[in-house]
Order: sequence, then structure tokens, then C-alpha cells
Amino acid sequence: MNTFLQLVVNGLGKGAVFALLALGFVIIFKATEVVNFAHGSLVLFGGYLVVVTRDALGWVGASLVGIVSAGLLGLLLERLLLSRSWHADANSLALLTIGVDVIVTEEIVRRLGVTLPFLGDAWDAKPFRLGGITLFRTHLVALVVAAVLITAFWLAFKYSNWGVAMRAQAENREAAALMGIRSSRVTATAWLVAGLLAGVAVLFIATQDFSGAGLSRGTHSIALAAFPAAILGGLDSTAGAVVGGLVVGIVEALSAQYVSFDFSKSAVFLVMLVVLVVRPSGLFGTRERTRV
Amino acid sequence: MDAPPKAGTPRRPRRSPARLVRTAAWLALLVVLLALPLYLDAAWLKAGQYMMIGAVGAIGLTLVVGQAGQLSLAHAFFLLAGGTAYTVLSGPTGDDRVVGFGLDPGLSLLGAVAVAALLGLAFAPVAGRLRGIYLGVASLALVFLGLYFGQSAEELTGGTSTGRAPAPFSLFGFPFTDEGPAISLLGVPIRQAERMWYLFLLLTVLAFVIARGAVRGRVGRSWRAVRDNEAAAAVMGVSVLRAKAGAFAVSSAYGGLAGAMTVLWFDILKPDESEYGTYGINVSIAYLAMVIIGGLGSVPGALVGALIVNGLPQVLALYSADLGWFAGTGDGTLTPILVSSFVYGAAIILVVLFEPGGLATLGRRLTRLRRQPPEEP
Repeated sequence: MNTFLQLVVNGLGKGAVFALLALGFVIIFKATEVVNFAHGSLVLFGGYLVVVTRDALGWVGASLVGIVSAGLLGLLLERLLLSRSWHADANSLALLTIGVDVIVTEEIVRRLGVTLPFLGDAWDAKPFRLGGITLFRTHLVALVVAAVLITAFWLAFKYSNWGVAMRAQAENREAAALMGIRSSRVTATAWLVAGLLAGVAVLFIATQDFSGAGLSRGTHSIALAAFPAAILGGLDSTAGAVVGGLVVGIVEALSAQYVSFDFSKSAVFLVMLVVLVVRPSGLFGTRERTRV
Repeated sequence: MDAPPKAGTPRRPRRSPARLVRTAAWLALLVVLLALPLYLDAAWLKAGQYMMIGAVGAIGLTLVVGQAGQLSLAHAFFLLAGGTAYTVLSGPTGDDRVVGFGLDPGLSLLGAVAVAALLGLAFAPVAGRLRGIYLGVASLALVFLGLYFGQSAEELTGGTSTGRAPAPFSLFGFPFTDEGPAISLLGVPIRQAERMWYLFLLLTVLAFVIARGAVRGRVGRSWRAVRDNEAAAAVMGVSVLRAKAGAFAVSSAYGGLAGAMTVLWFDILKPDESEYGTYGINVSIAYLAMVIIGGLGSVPGALVGALIVNGLPQVLALYSADLGWFAGTGDGTLTPILVSSFVYGAAIILVVLFEPGGLATLGRRLTRLRRQPPEEP
């Protein structure tokens, strides 16, 4: 029973990080209906800047730089590429982000070479015990940070002007524009926020506790697990992103223990497939209705 | 694979001069491709074969993504499935480490296509229910399942550490290796490289002709109707589920054929250790890149896309020896694969931004410029 509890706790810790990433997907999707395949490269980019600036700025400074630059890269992508292709539909833009992802990821992986730095100096690899359960600090910090950020986001989404604008745009883009909502501003901030969340997430992913590996191509593939998280929650549901993230974390932890480590990556996708077969737009996603 | 049904005479445009020119151009291209083995050395032939693998796979993917409008990121899985099926079916019986059925290699190739098609069909219930991005990510699940299958089903795949060798291809007893009857053509000995070139060319031409037939016939029309509007297609009497499942199965069959060709090309079936490998996500994305660059749905476009995406690393690698490029070793050096990733990544971005129809539209526009007035509506 203790093992099980332990696994669930670990899964929640990982799941919190997946939730941050999945929330990024969902914010972008809500604002623009574009699925951002470049999310993994935002993660890598933030992590890479942490590595580059760490010697000069120390861990805190470097982490801030990393988070902000991941956000700015998101913003830049939106401003330079996506906002200029208004004639293209959302699906083509999703394909465009694949192109971005290939370039950014390959370049960063090339720059990293064989050095695979760990990022979570502040808390990494200092597990402590609590009533028979070993807790990783990375997971605990991740849970707290994710809880704070997600609550903050949810409050902003619910009560701030930005949140109202965002919800209006998600509801009906044209009507929102007619009511005076600056759609380009909403879109740009959505990408910024998603990038910031990715920048936070990488601080946890490239650690000993989380993946056992430093910043590498593997970080990008871990970020890919946020895809099933966002999809199984429902691409246009913020609550779904959080639930999806936690489900993915727990499924991964349980299947790695009870089946095999190799299987855990596919287990996440299998669970997603099962959910999709039953509910084609995810657990909390809006059903698409066709009118003829 | 669906052949175009013979219901009535298909409406064909009248044989305009432009059409004759186009047919002549295709024939000329074919003649050049047939003659190339007489002039190129084995390394270039090998590079050409790799492009043809890409062409077969990309044609299949363009049918499902461009014609039927279903985003699929599962192509790498079907490559693995086809490659494994070929190796298992043609593998020697009585090996206690791996399973083999000892079938004729030609038959095994057909078997590989069939197995991949059946797997595609098995995924159809999922594919039929999902749309767009949801389907894309769902199909990504297959790549991860393939990774796990490759790692765990060692009796079939040979395992990630050693892999297993496929049976060398032969057709009706004629070997596509250096063995067998010595043939020469215009003084050039036709050995393994040349024989494999002709085999791959034959497969590519078949794949191309069948796909064009499907696109121009009733099947293609039903796919496009479903792509444009499922409800409208259903009202017009198209069985949406059948069209979607059919497109997915046909594209999987192409993926399976490309996979069997891949195994023959590498001369080894070696499943991946991580999700970035010969049958990983990166490969699914590379095939998607071919299709996007070529112009979604265009069969000749897929050929050009394959030429760029699969051809570039090969050509760069061959040239780099002469030019002294990529000479550096160790961390952070550029490799042909890296450079071509940059190129096709950029190509995807440029295509979506400036020419959403891809190279196919660009080509159509260019040929239209030359002959005034435009004949197409």
C-alpha cells in the first residue's frame, strides 16, 4: 500500500509539471485554435538559456532569464510568423509550428552536444521521508509552484480584463472583435503566457528527480507527454488541462512500476486513446456540433 | 489497395497539347530514371533508393492527410510494422532466437503491405471518430506503441541492441544481390545496387500510378468530399466512416511498403531505443514535411517533397566528402542530417506562410505562366 501511495504522490508531482505544459497548449488553443507543436522547443529554449546564463547570474537569476526568454520566444513566434499568416487556417498554422519545432530543437540539441546539464540545483536530489513515504523535493516544489501558478491563472482568467477578453475571443472571435476586443493583443499574451509556463516547467523536467536526465532531446520528448494530457482533458478546457496533467503523471508512475519502464511512455498514450474513443473531444472538451 | 473502380467510363479531359506534353515529360523522366544506373556509381544509386523509399511513404501519407483530410503522425509506426512483417515472413524457420516463416521474399513484401493495411484498418474505429488535431495526437500514440513493441517483442524484431537481418530480396528465384546470373547492360554489370534500384523504381512507379488512379477516380472524390465537409458528404451518399477507414488503410499500406523497403535498404531491421530513431517521431514529422512541402494532397508534390527531405541528407553526405564539409567531429558540429532538418523545417514555415498549396501549386502556377491563356478554370 505504501508503494502505491508513494507512486501516486510521485505521479502527482510529475503531473503538476505536465499540467503546466498542458495549460500552455490549452491557452494557445483557446485564443487562436492553433495547436502548438513547438511547445517542446519552447521548453528546451528556456532550459538552454538557464544553462547559458547560470554562471553569470546564479540559479535564481538564470531561472528568471530562462522563464522570460521562453515566454518571449512564444511571443516572437506569434508576432513574426503566426500573426502574419491570417489567411492560413488553424490546421496549417499547427503544421507551421512543426517547422519551428524542428529548427529550434535541432539547434539547441546541437549546441548542448553531449553535455546534459541538470537545472534544479535549488532542490534537486534531496529526498525526505514523511510517514513511510519518500518525497522528492522536485515533486513537492513542482506541486506548490503549479498550484500557485494555476490558481493565479484561473483568477486572472475569471476576473481580469484580460481574462474576459480571452474568454470572449474563445467564445466567438468575430463578435469579440466587433465588441472592441483587440484580438491580436489577446493572442499575443496567450502565447507569452504559454511560453512562460513552459519556461517554468523545464526547471523541473531537466532534473535528477524528475527524469534522471539533464537538459537534452529527452526533455523535448517528456514535454510531448503534455500532448496527451491536453488532449485527454479536452483541448479547450483549462480545468481539463490540469486534470489531464495529473492523470498523465499518475498513469506514468503506476505503469512504470507495475508493468515496465519502457511501457510507461505508451501507457499514457493508450489511456488517452481509450478516453478519446469514449469521448472524442476529451473529458472536459466542448463537443463539436455540425449543422447542415 | 483500392484500384479505381470501373463504373462507367471515367470522365477525362480532352487530350489537349499541354496534356500530351505532360505525359511526354513523365515518360522522359522515367527513361532517365531507367538509364541512371548505367551512369551512377553504387553510392549515388543507394542515395536514390533512399529518396524512392521517401517517395512511396510520402505518396501514402499525402492520400490520407491531403486527400482525406485526416492528420496522421503515425507513419513511422507503419514503416516499422511493414519492415517487421517483411523480416518475419521472409525470415528463416527454425531459428530459436527469432520467429521466421521462410516465405518467398516477393510474397513477404506483399504480406508486409497487407499487414500494415490491416493494422491501419484496425485503427480505423479510432480514426473515424476523431478529427483534425485530436486524430493527429491519437495517431502519435501508435508511434509510441511501436517503440514499445520494438523493444519488447524481441522474437519478432530482434530487439533494440542487435536487430535482425532481413532475407535478401529475390523475385521468382532471381536474386537482387551480387549473386545469381551475371547480367550486364551496355557494358555495365547489373549487380546489387543496380538491381535494387530497378526494384525500388518499379515499386515507386506502381505506388505512383495506383495513387493517381485513386485520386482521380471515385475513391478520391469520396475522400475529398469527406475532407471538405463530413455532413455534406454523408448527405450525398458517401459513407464517411468507410471513406476515412479506407484512406487510413491505403496510407498504412504505403507506409508498410516503405518500411519493407527501408529494412532492405539498411539491410537490417533494428527497432529504436528511443522515440527518436529510424521509426520515431522525427520520421513521422519528416514524412509530414514531405507532404506539406509538396503541397497537401498532390501525388507529384509528394515525390518532390521526398526528394528534398530524404534526398538532401544523402546528397550532402556524398558531396561533403568531396568538398570537405562537415569535416569537424565532436560536439556541436553540423551533420548532413542536421542541415537537412534545418532546411525542411524552414521549408515547412515558408510553404505555410507564402504558398499553402506547396510546391505543387507553385509548379502549376509556373506551367500556367508559360502557356497562355490558362486552360484550367
